[in-house]
Amino acid sequence: MLEKTVAELSKALRSQEVSSVELTQAYLEKIAAVNERLNTYITTCDELALKQASKADQLIADGNQNPLLGIPIAHKDIFCTKNIKTTCGSKMLENFVSPYDATIVSKLNKAGAVTLGKTNMDEFAMGSSNETSYFGSVKNPWDTSKVPGGSSGGSAAAVAADLCAIATGTDTGGSIRQPASFCGVTGLKPSYGRVSRWGMIAFASSLDQAGPISKSAEDAAILMNVIAGPDNLDSTSSRTPVVDYTLNLNDSLYGLKIGVPKQHFTEGLSADVEESIRLSLKEFEKLGASITQVDLPNNHLSVPAYYVVAPAEASANLSRYDGVRYGFRCDNPIDLEDMYMRTRSEGFGSEVKRRIMIGTYALSAGYYDAYYQKAQKIRRLIKNDFDAAFETVDVIVGPTSPHTAFSLGATTDPVKMYLEDIYTIAVNLAGLPGISIPTGFGGNLPIGMQIIGKEFAEAKLLNVAHQYQQVTEWHKSKPSENFGE
Amino acid sequence: MVWESVIGLEVHVSLSTASKLFSGTASNFGADPNTQANVFDLAMPGTLPVLNEEALKMAVKFGLAIGAQIGKHSVFDRKNYFYPDLPKGYQVTQLDFPTVGKGSISITLEDGSEKVIGITRAHIEENAGKSLHDEFSNESGIDLNRAGEPLLEIVSEPEITSAKEAVAYLKKLHSIVRYLDISDAIMAQGSMRCDVNVSIRKQGENKLGTRTEIKNINSFRFVEKAINSETERQQEIIEDGGSITQETRRYDSTKDITTSMRSKEIANDYRYFPEPDLLPVKIDESYIKSIEQELPELPDIKKDRFMTEYQLSTYDSGVLTSSLEIADYYEIVVKHCQDSKLAANWVTGNLLAMLNQLELDLASSPVRAEDLGCLISRIKDKTISGKIAKTVFDTLINSNLSVDEVIEQKGLKQVTDTAAIEELVMQVIDENPDQVIQLREGKEQVLGYLVGQAMKLSQGKANPSQVSQLLKLKIQ
Repeated sequence: MLEKTVAELSKALRSQEVSSVELTQAYLEKIAAVNERLNTYITTCDELALKQASKADQLIADGNQNPLLGIPIAHKDIFCTKNIKTTCGSKMLENFVSPYDATIVSKLNKAGAVTLGKTNMDEFAMGSSNETSYFGSVKNPWDTSKVPGGSSGGSAAAVAADLCAIATGTDTGGSIRQPASFCGVTGLKPSYGRVSRWGMIAFASSLDQAGPISKSAEDAAILMNVIAGPDNLDSTSSRTPVVDYTLNLNDSLYGLKIGVPKQHFTEGLSADVEESIRLSLKEFEKLGASITQVDLPNNHLSVPAYYVVAPAEASANLSRYDGVRYGFRCDNPIDLEDMYMRTRSEGFGSEVKRRIMIGTYALSAGYYDAYYQKAQKIRRLIKNDFDAAFETVDVIVGPTSPHTAFSLGATTDPVKMYLEDIYTIAVNLAGLPGISIPTGFGGNLPIGMQIIGKEFAEAKLLNVAHQYQQVTEWHKSKPSENFGE
Repeated sequence: MVWESVIGLEVHVSLSTASKLFSGTASNFGADPNTQANVFDLAMPGTLPVLNEEALKMAVKFGLAIGAQIGKHSVFDRKNYFYPDLPKGYQVTQLDFPTVGKGSISITLEDGSEKVIGITRAHIEENAGKSLHDEFSNESGIDLNRAGEPLLEIVSEPEITSAKEAVAYLKKLHSIVRYLDISDAIMAQGSMRCDVNVSIRKQGENKLGTRTEIKNINSFRFVEKAINSETERQQEIIEDGGSITQETRRYDSTKDITTSMRSKEIANDYRYFPEPDLLPVKIDESYIKSIEQELPELPDIKKDRFMTEYQLSTYDSGVLTSSLEIADYYEIVVKHCQDSKLAANWVTGNLLAMLNQLELDLASSPVRAEDLGCLISRIKDKTISGKIAKTVFDTLINSNLSVDEVIEQKGLKQVTDTAAIEELVMQVIDENPDQVIQLREGKEQVLGYLVGQAMKLSQGKANPSQVSQLLKLKIQ
C-alpha cells in the first residue's frame, strides 16, 4: 500500500479499502523502522499526523472529494510550520518553532493532507548532495553509500523509500529536480512566482520556487492544483491564472515539438545517462513527437552567473540570523560584536558561510558592477536563449544531471559540486518550469530526464511527463528493501 | 576673511499611514514595547514584504506638491548592515530609482524676499526599531514598534547658506507635509528628523569645502544653533591653518557644541542591491493625475489667495498660511466677523502671542476661532471698544463663557447713551480747565488727553469717538 501513488491512495481511501489513520500509522511505522539508516526526516509529528488523519477519515466518510484528503505528506524542513520545528537543516534554527504556517503548508492542511514530518535538507538549501545538513546527510535509498542529491534530498529519498505518499521541495538551482533524478522519482520546479514563497525560508529570493516531489507526474499535478496560485503575502507571486493541472494530462503528444539542447550533450555527460536520454527521446518519437536540436549558447555562463546572484541574495537573506530575536545564540557573548561573530560562526555550517562570503564580496563597493550587475545581464542572455528556442519547439528535453548519484563524501571541491547543477541552473535563472522524471538506470542507480517548458507551461510539462509514464515503467521501480546495502 | 556656509538638509518624515510600510501592523506613537510588531517586523524566517500603497501615494503627493518629477518606475533596494534594532539585517530603501525626483520649494527670507531651494530627491524607506539602554542593567532592550514604519527622506540641494535659511526651509517642509496631511511631523516625537550637512568656503569661491554631517537634530531651534556652532567650529579650524575631517557629528544642546560620532573613512559598505522580494513599482500618468486632483490648496497658493481675497499684506498672509491650522483658524474668524483685516491683526497679534506665552499649539487654544470672530464682531457693532475687547479676550482664556456672557457679566458693554456721555464730558471739562483753554487755543493734541480722561472715568466703557465728538462740540 505504501508504494502507491496519491491518485491510487485517494481511490483506496474513498472506497474504504484503507483509512487515513491506518495509512498514516503504516508510514509512521516504516519511518520509525528505517529513518535511522536513511536520515530522511529531521522531525516526525506522529501525534499531529494521526489527529489530522482521523479528521480526514471523518471528512471522507462525509463524502468530501478532495484528492489530497487523508494523504500522508512530508514537508521539506524549509517550510515554516506552526507547532512543528522548522530547522532549515541548520544549527542556527535547530530548535526554532515558527509562529505561523507557510502558505503552501496552510493550503495543504486545508486540503486535508496529513503532515508526517519535516524532511532533511542541505543547510539553508545550499548544496547538491544533502551533505551540508547540520543533521547529517540523507542516504540514497537505492544505495546508502550514495548521496540522494540536494538540497531537497530528504523529500526525494522519502518519496523513493515510500516514507510518504508525496512531498514538498524547493528548487533554487536544481534542488527539486536533481535529487528527484538521483532518487528515481518525479520532481517539478514550477515557474518563478507560480507557488507562493510566504513561509518558505529564503535562500535566493529571485530564484527560489517550491514544488512537488512525487511518484508520478499525475501526483505532481494533483499537488500543484492545491499549491499553485497568487498569494497576497508574496508580492512576487504571479497573477497569471492557474489551470487545472490534471485536465490535460492525457492529451496526445502527436505533433509535439521537442528541442534537444546540444549544450546538454557535451563533455562531462556520462555515457549511461546519455544513452538513457536518447532512448527516451525515441519513446517520445513513438508517441508522435518530433525531435530537433536547439541552441542554448550561453548555458555555460549559467553556473558562474548563478553563483554570483544566489549568494548575493543569500548574504542579505541570512543576515537576520543574528542571535537577537530567535534561533541560536552563542554562549556568554561579551559584547554585541562578539555575539554577532560567534553566533554566526558557530550557528552556520561551512558551505553557508562560504556563500555568505561570496555574496558579500560580489555586492561590495567597487565589485558590484563587475559581478552582480554582470550576472544580471547574463541572466537576461540566458532567458533570451530559451525564448529563441521556444519559438521553434514546445518543450526542451535533456538530462537532469550529468551522471547518477555519486558517493557520499566523494565531492569535496565546492566548484565541482556547483557544476552538478549545470543543466538545471539556467532554468531557475530564466524563471521557467522544469520537471525531472525517471528514465532508466545506470547500474542500480536511477537516471533522470529534465523537461523544460515556457513560463507557466507546467500543465504542458506534466502532460508530456505523464504520457511518457503511460508507456514506461521507470517511475514504478522501487529500491530494494535493504536499500542496496 | 568672509566665510560662506553651504548647507544641505536630509529630512526624514514618518508617513502617517494606518499600517507599516511592508506589513499590516499598526504604527502608533507611544505603544508598549514590541506590541506593534508582527512576524514580518520581527524578521521571522520566510516572511516577505508587501508594499503599503498608501505610503506610495503619500510620497507621490509630496512629489507633486514640490513640483517634482515622479518616478514612474521606482525600485526598492536593500541597504545591508548589522544592528540589533534592524531585524532583517538590511533596511529597505530606494537608491537609484526613488519615487520622487528633482523638485523645489520656495522660502521667505528675513528681508521678505523669496528664495527657491532645490530638492534633489525624496525616497521611501523603512524605519529601524529602537534600542533601549537605560531600562536594563548590563543589557540592551530592543523595541520593534517603530521598525518598518514608512519614512520619506527628503534630500535638499546644498543651496542653503545660513542657519536661518535652514530653519525657514525646514519650517516650509513641515508646513507642506502638514498641509498634505501625510505626517504628524512632530520633531519632539521623532516623526520629523533632520540631518544637516555643513561645509564652509571663502565667499565667492566655487569649490565646496569638506563637509560634516550632524545627525538627528530634533527641534527647529537646535537646527539653527547646531549649524551656527558647527560653522564657527569649522571657521576656527581653518583660520588656525587646520583642515576639516569628513565625519558624522552630533549636536549637544546643553553645551551648544557638536561632537564627533564616527569618521566617514571607516563607514560601512552598505552593499546595496535591488530588493528581490518586491517588484519594481510602476505607476502611470492616470494614477498621478488622480492624486494631483486630491491635492489640497498648498501654502504658497493659499498665501496668494489671502493677499487678494482678504487684502492682507505679504507678511500677514505669510504668517497666517505658515500652518494649515492657523490658516483654517483665521478663515473661521473671518467668516464670523466679516472683517479680514481686524481678524488678521487679532490672530497674528493677540492670539499667537497668547499661545506662545502659554506654550500651546493652536489645536488646544483656549479661545476658539468662533469666539474670536464673535469678539471682533462686538468691536465692529460698537458693543465694546478695542481696548475692552482685550479684556474680554483675556477673560476668555480662563473661562468657559461665551463672548457675550463675559461682556454681560462683567458689565463691559460700551456706553453709547448720549446723555451719559454728556455727563462724562462735562465732568472732564470741569476738572481740566487748563487743558480746555489749550485746546481752544488750537493745541489739538490735548484732545486725546481729554478723551483719555473721559475713558478712564467710564472705566473704558464709553465709546471713544462719541466722547471725542462731544468734547469738540462743547469746547469750541
